[in-house]
Amino acid sequence: MSQSSSTLKTADGSLQMADGSSLKANLERSLRRRKRNALLLVAPLFLFILITFLVPIFDMLIRSVDNKITAEILPTTIPLLANWDAKSGKLPDESVFKAFINDAQIANKAKIINRLGKRLNYEKSGTSSLFRKTGRKLKKLDPEKLTSTYKDALIKIDKKWANIAIWQLIQRESGRYTNSHFLSAVDTENSPDGIKWKDEDSQIYLNLFKRTLWLSFLITFLTVLLGYPIAYLLASLKTKTSNLLMILVLLPFWTSLLVRTSAWIALLQKEGVINDVLVTIGLISEDGRLAMIHNQTGTIIAMTHILLPFMILPLFSVMKTINPSYVRAARSMGATSFTAFRRVYFPNTVAGIGAGGILVFILSIGYYITPALVGGTQGTLISNFIAYHISESLNWGLAAALGTLLLLLVLALYILYDKVVGIDNMKLG
Amino acid sequence: MKMFIKCSLATAILAASVTTAQAETELVVVSWGGAYTKSQQKAYSVPFMEANKGIKIINDDSSAEAASKLRAQAEAGKVTWDVVDVLPDIAIALCDEGLAVEINPEKDLAKGADGSSAKDDFGDALISPCFIPEIVYSTTIGYRTDKVGDTPPSTIADVFDLKKYPGKRALNKNPTGNLEWALIADGVAIKDVYKELATEAGVKRAFKKLDTIKKDVVWWTKGAQPGQLLADGEVVMASAYNGRLFSAIVENKQPVGMMWDAQLFELDGYIIPKGAPHMKEAMAYVKFATDTKRQADQAKYISYGPARKSSAALVGKHAELGIDMAPHMPTNPANAKNVLYKDINFWADHKDELAEKFEAWLAKG
Repeated sequence: MSQSSSTLKTADGSLQMADGSSLKANLERSLRRRKRNALLLVAPLFLFILITFLVPIFDMLIRSVDNKITAEILPTTIPLLANWDAKSGKLPDESVFKAFINDAQIANKAKIINRLGKRLNYEKSGTSSLFRKTGRKLKKLDPEKLTSTYKDALIKIDKKWANIAIWQLIQRESGRYTNSHFLSAVDTENSPDGIKWKDEDSQIYLNLFKRTLWLSFLITFLTVLLGYPIAYLLASLKTKTSNLLMILVLLPFWTSLLVRTSAWIALLQKEGVINDVLVTIGLISEDGRLAMIHNQTGTIIAMTHILLPFMILPLFSVMKTINPSYVRAARSMGATSFTAFRRVYFPNTVAGIGAGGILVFILSIGYYITPALVGGTQGTLISNFIAYHISESLNWGLAAALGTLLLLLVLALYILYDKVVGIDNMKLG
Repeated sequence: MKMFIKCSLATAILAASVTTAQAETELVVVSWGGAYTKSQQKAYSVPFMEANKGIKIINDDSSAEAASKLRAQAEAGKVTWDVVDVLPDIAIALCDEGLAVEINPEKDLAKGADGSSAKDDFGDALISPCFIPEIVYSTTIGYRTDKVGDTPPSTIADVFDLKKYPGKRALNKNPTGNLEWALIADGVAIKDVYKELATEAGVKRAFKKLDTIKKDVVWWTKGAQPGQLLADGEVVMASAYNGRLFSAIVENKQPVGMMWDAQLFELDGYIIPKGAPHMKEAMAYVKFATDTKRQADQAKYISYGPARKSSAALVGKHAELGIDMAPHMPTNPANAKNVLYKDINFWADHKDELAEKFEAWLAKG
């Protein structure tokens, strides 16, 4: 075997460059340089994703379990309260009450005591006003001049402090992290006897998760059903005609989401266009006007229409690449047109259905504006409740827990999809 | 060279004019938008800017998301708002979290024109140390005059009476108000409503009453919706803010009537965010906007009542329609015969729990 002129073989068998350095080291160096250059090129994108995507998600995950507020506001009470046996049936002893009054007075001066009341009110209604009242009255209380015990002084402010449940609650929520938001997100709660289901008349989220999943599947299925023939038509027509028709697909895609949703309201409502037409031609009576909006039907119709382009576009680009001679060959060998479609054409488009399906499904599982406008009470999705807790109830911990569960759900479905269909089979074009 | 001098001179002049423009303080006032912001602009902001040259008021219509946005601003360490118009329960929440400034009514608010102290003049409206009351309004019932026969509904029980008044009703998709009304319709005295609602049996009782009309309720979420639903004939009656009904009846001449029985009486007002960029000007603005004259002036542009007692006598005529505004105020004696005062503290405590129950109840179908 002839050796290249620039490398020599040394005694121990390793290759050397002409200048005597090891070829292996040289190769490694140049590989490293190339890797570094590649990394530098990717760095801006990586940083972008890190800052705008990964960090917020991580922040959300933390928020859903974060509970440092109790220890922050009651720093000396918490260690003392930890020794108290919550199941003893007796109130904590005097030292706890003394520490609590001290902590509360410090927090009161810093005007942060009500934050804890607000946080604990999520677990037990009435805690918010209990803390507000206590804070107000503690301003006038001088511990130096106390004539009774601390316990009696606090109970005098509000007799709710004589209720064991409030101390059990503080003890339970004293840790750095809490599971209560996640428990709420699946309709359960902590109780002195462990985790239990919430009362039936307070359960919402599990049903919402189920509804969100079911509607997303249904909408994905409907977009395939409606989008497949359109994509087929677009792919099989002459480019000139298909380009023209493509505009009809893209035009609504470019129109504002709110405009499209409002248009559906005008069409579908009780006194709307469709009902008017049906009444005029006598198909339904004036009293029998159909309820097609502010319910699940409204959500399904509007979302299917809005998400349809996300199905048509990947399908179209996949169908474009299928050689028409495949089907012709199948036909020439005696297949009926249906068999040719089923055995030859359709399997080639599965990659497009997969891509469009995943796109539509993931978009619809987090959809928010359209269901809020046309969904009524039966057509709202889990994201509407996340929005509610972010902007109205201000329970960001619960919103984060719901968001995290939704994220995990999507990841689980993604893995399932990979196992069943294989993610490599997905093709966006 | 000449050209260069000319150019630099022009730039210098431009720069100077820009700096003068910047010397003006821009006070960001957040409110609800629409006719409401317009009434505040005309009654408060324009005269305030005339009296204080160098302050420019920037309106921001973010009140509906005020709490979450303010919290986000505070977490980011950069508050950009100076004055925020909010509902009392949000004011309490923001005050609890230390996101709003506590004020001293005697020092920071104007005395009443009749010489009464600010504390007496606002009275019970001072529900939180951070809340600066501005208007009173109520949620009440509007109905289609052409669809209720010869005897229009006159009590809140009529809303729950499907036999007497068949047809759809629009209600706010919110437990607040609906639960109280359900109890009143079920026979609870108006003064005992919150006592009853604080018990588990009372909550059950309210939902049971709501069950009787559930199938016939259209739920609204935005203040403009009930007026529209009434105008379109989608519903026979609807709960709505009194100002919205005023504009449907008086301004738009719709076949709509309204009843004041068991009106849900509420406040709206200002808070100043902690860390507001122009604290001094913000304080001056709220003091000016909530004085006796300005409060009465606002009623010229919208049918919400002044929160000050001393302003009531000064309420005049509508600025464009020229009609007397006093009879359209929630506080007008003829309208205020049977008033349900919203218990802010009750709702601060129970909103989370009851909203959950309300949603669960809605979802049951």
